[in-house]
Order: sequence, then C-alpha cells, then structure tokens
Amino acid sequence: MVSGHTGPPAGATSTTTGARDHARAQSDARVRGMPTLPASTAVDLPDAVGPADVLWDEILDSGEYASHRLPRGSVLRFTDLDGDACAHVALHHADLPSERLSLADTTKVQWQMYPTRGSLLLSDRGRVLAAIIADTSGRHDTICSAPNRTDHEAKYGDGRVEGPFPSARDRLIVALAKFGLGPRDLAPTISFFKGVRVGTDGGLLLDPVPAGGGTSVELRFELDTIVSVANVPHTLDLRDRYTCTPLRLCAWRSTPTGLDDPQRDSSPEARRAYLNTDDWMLGRTRAGTGA
Amino acid sequence: MTTLIDDVVAARAPWSGIVPGGATITITDLRGNQAVDCLLYDAHDHAERYCAHTTMAAQRNIFLTTGSVLRSNEGRPLLEIVADTCGRHDTIGGACSQESNTLRYGHHTKHQHACVENFLFEGAKWGLGKRDLVSNINWFMNVPVEPDGTMGIVDGISAPGLHVTCRAERAVLVLISNCPQINNPCNGFDPTPISVVVSGP
Repeated sequence: MVSGHTGPPAGATSTTTGARDHARAQSDARVRGMPTLPASTAVDLPDAVGPADVLWDEILDSGEYASHRLPRGSVLRFTDLDGDACAHVALHHADLPSERLSLADTTKVQWQMYPTRGSLLLSDRGRVLAAIIADTSGRHDTICSAPNRTDHEAKYGDGRVEGPFPSARDRLIVALAKFGLGPRDLAPTISFFKGVRVGTDGGLLLDPVPAGGGTSVELRFELDTIVSVANVPHTLDLRDRYTCTPLRLCAWRSTPTGLDDPQRDSSPEARRAYLNTDDWMLGRTRAGTGA
Repeated sequence: MTTLIDDVVAARAPWSGIVPGGATITITDLRGNQAVDCLLYDAHDHAERYCAHTTMAAQRNIFLTTGSVLRSNEGRPLLEIVADTCGRHDTIGGACSQESNTLRYGHHTKHQHACVENFLFEGAKWGLGKRDLVSNINWFMNVPVEPDGTMGIVDGISAPGLHVTCRAERAVLVLISNCPQINNPCNGFDPTPISVVVSGP
C-alpha cells in the first residue's frame, strides 16, 4: 500500500489550527490508487464517450478494493494497466441483493467455463446482470474465486485485512458491508485478467503471468447492479511476492441491450435469460419506479 | 462406530442433519446414476460454509474423490472424502432451480420441482435462506470440461450401490437435495431414492 504523506515537523499539529492547516495542505497529494472526482474529468475515454457520461473512474492499486452502484444500461471497463492486475468481482442486483452472480449457472447455462466477449454474467434467478461486450484479455477465471486469509497466511505469512497482504475475500466482505450486505451475501466471485484452464484429468493450470499491459474487459449492465471489486493476486499465483499491479475501473452511461441486438439471440439460453430480465423490468415499470 | 442416523431419502426429497466432529456420513446411490446435491455449513457458524471454489483451488483439480478435503469459504476443512466407490463427483455444475431450468430447457419447466426448492425449504428449518445458497457438491454427477472450455452434465458413471463416505473435521450441518431433475442425464431421467447413514466414532 502506498502512503500518501510523511509526518509533519514536531509541534506543527499541536493546535487545532495547526492540525487543520496540515490536513488541508495534503489536498493536492496524488497516489496511484484513488478515484477521479468529478468523474467527468477522467481521461483516456473511448471516442464515443463524453465527459458528462462518465459515472465512475478509479484506480485500485495492489490489494485495494471498491464498491459502486451502477445503473442498467451503463458500461464498466476494467483495464489491466500494467499486465499483472487480478480483478475479483462480486455482482449483486441492487433492487434485490439476495440475487447475485452465480458462477455455476453462468457456466452451466452457457455450456462454457471460459467467459469472453459475448458471454453473459447470469444471476441465480435466471436473469442477466451483465453482458461482456468487449474483451482484449481472454484470461478470466470462473473456478477458483476469491482467495481467503488462510490462503494468504500460507503463501505470504500474513493475511490480515489491515496488513500488507489482505485477501480478496476479506476486502470484499468490507466492500459489501458498505452497502449493508454481510458475509453471507458474498457468493463465489469471477476474476478477470488471470485465466485458469482445466486439463483432461480435471487438473487446474494458471495462464502464465504476467500478461501484456493495457488489456481490458467491458461489462454492460442489464439490471441496476452493486459492483464490488478487489485487486488481489490470484489464488493459483504461486509467486513468493504479493504481486498485483494497478487496475482501472471506468464506467459510463450507455443503453441496455436493445430488443434487436444480436446479443439476445446468440443462443436459446441467452434469449430466455433476456426474456426473464425484461419480465423483471415490466414489474419495475408497473411499480412506478422507472424502467 | 455407532449408527446415529440411517435414512432412506425418497426420490426428489430434501434431507438435512448434523454430522458431529469425527463422525462419518455415507451416501449411497441405491439404484444408480442419482445426482445428490449437497451443501455444508459449520454447525456452529452458518456463515462459514462449503466453498466449491476454495476446494477446487486448494486441490488444483475440479473433481472430488477419495482424499479431497471439502473446504469452507475461509479455507478450513469441513469434511474429507475417505472412501469413494464411484470414482469422481462434480462441484462446478451447481444446483438446478426453476429459474435456471427456464434458461436451459424453456419456460415450460418453470413449475417443475428443483434442487433450489429443496434447499430453501429444508434450509429454512435451520434458519438458512436464499443468501446461504452457494455452489454445491453434486455427488455421483458427471460434468466433464473439454479443452475449449465446453462443459455439461452428461451420462453418469455411477451404478446401484456405489457410495461415498466423508469424515467430519468438526460438527457440520449437511443439507441435501435428492435431485428431481428430469431434463438432463444427471438422474438417468428417473429420480430414485438414496441412503444416508451417519456413524459416530
């Protein structure tokens, strides 16, 4: 973790005005892992995205986490800036947080373990939380989920949430708590930028690390969603050092998948998942809460 | 060993019970090719529960068989498989639900009985709810993964009388759905009874 400043000279903060001056003097400090506020000042946006469309822009450095509510129709781009990020991602339906990403249903319904562009991230209620609409990485994992403190104690000698090597599970427990959710709400998570392959004997193999920097994955949300992300080394990353490079999260306003979008008809299972999602939105409209 | 529980679980039915630390649970596929969906909880702290993903990552393999340690979301052992005459079991395929059935087979299956119905009904007896359902074990179910990532539930490799025995590393609440699915081969398109025996040390 990066420390933003060093201590002031002795006595400089012995009075309230001194302490206030010291606090305020920090305001221009910059570190790698921090949000861009206002989000409209974000840079390096896609050509079609205007500053006013940006909903969230933040960098997570090694071990850091964030959670954010994003509306139906928004797009969230994850960028592995330097090639060694690992985004552990939990998704909860904001209207009904007991509904969340189901890795088992996501893989079983689509008959495929390795998600990429065109894959849907399905909830455990048969609806589409998000669609992967772009993917220049192709290295993602639906098998190993978030490492826990026990893993980190074994690998790094320390897994405390307040220590130098926090686990993704503990980070996500805190991320969810900020939306009023508890540990029981933390279901298995997907990871982006670290791929795991299954051998014919069922054995697991992590893709070589690190990858090239600058790859990205984009999700389009089909329901209002609470997104929680921890940037923590993958469970099967056996390097001795806790190695994780900065991850950028950038979200912007867009539109939900349209009725004539070929994404809907990419498979019979996808068609029915969108039908179920549309059906939920009908109920939202009738309730007068807006579609 | 003292027999603590000796039940036959009817086709399509749920079951739950506590396996004390040091005790064993044996599940027998009485008539062959019957998927048994199973979730595990620390009997004293239901927030700590079976994690398929931690289990697979720790053993570097997706298949469960003798020697597999079934771990919690905190990475700690709940059960260890000490005997297995079937050969391998699934833990990526999850449980069938009315909702996922609508995606996999069509909306005509919306009102068919499903494992999530069993888990919710049986789990409620222990104070468990929707938030407590996670990726489960599917005893006797066969789910291969091909080199391109294609996966699916295919014809079973189990047979009448095959069984699996697990030893509890501590007191564990075991929640079972004797799978009612009739739209894929996990039960040979004919759900049948199973036997569950818990034996004390």
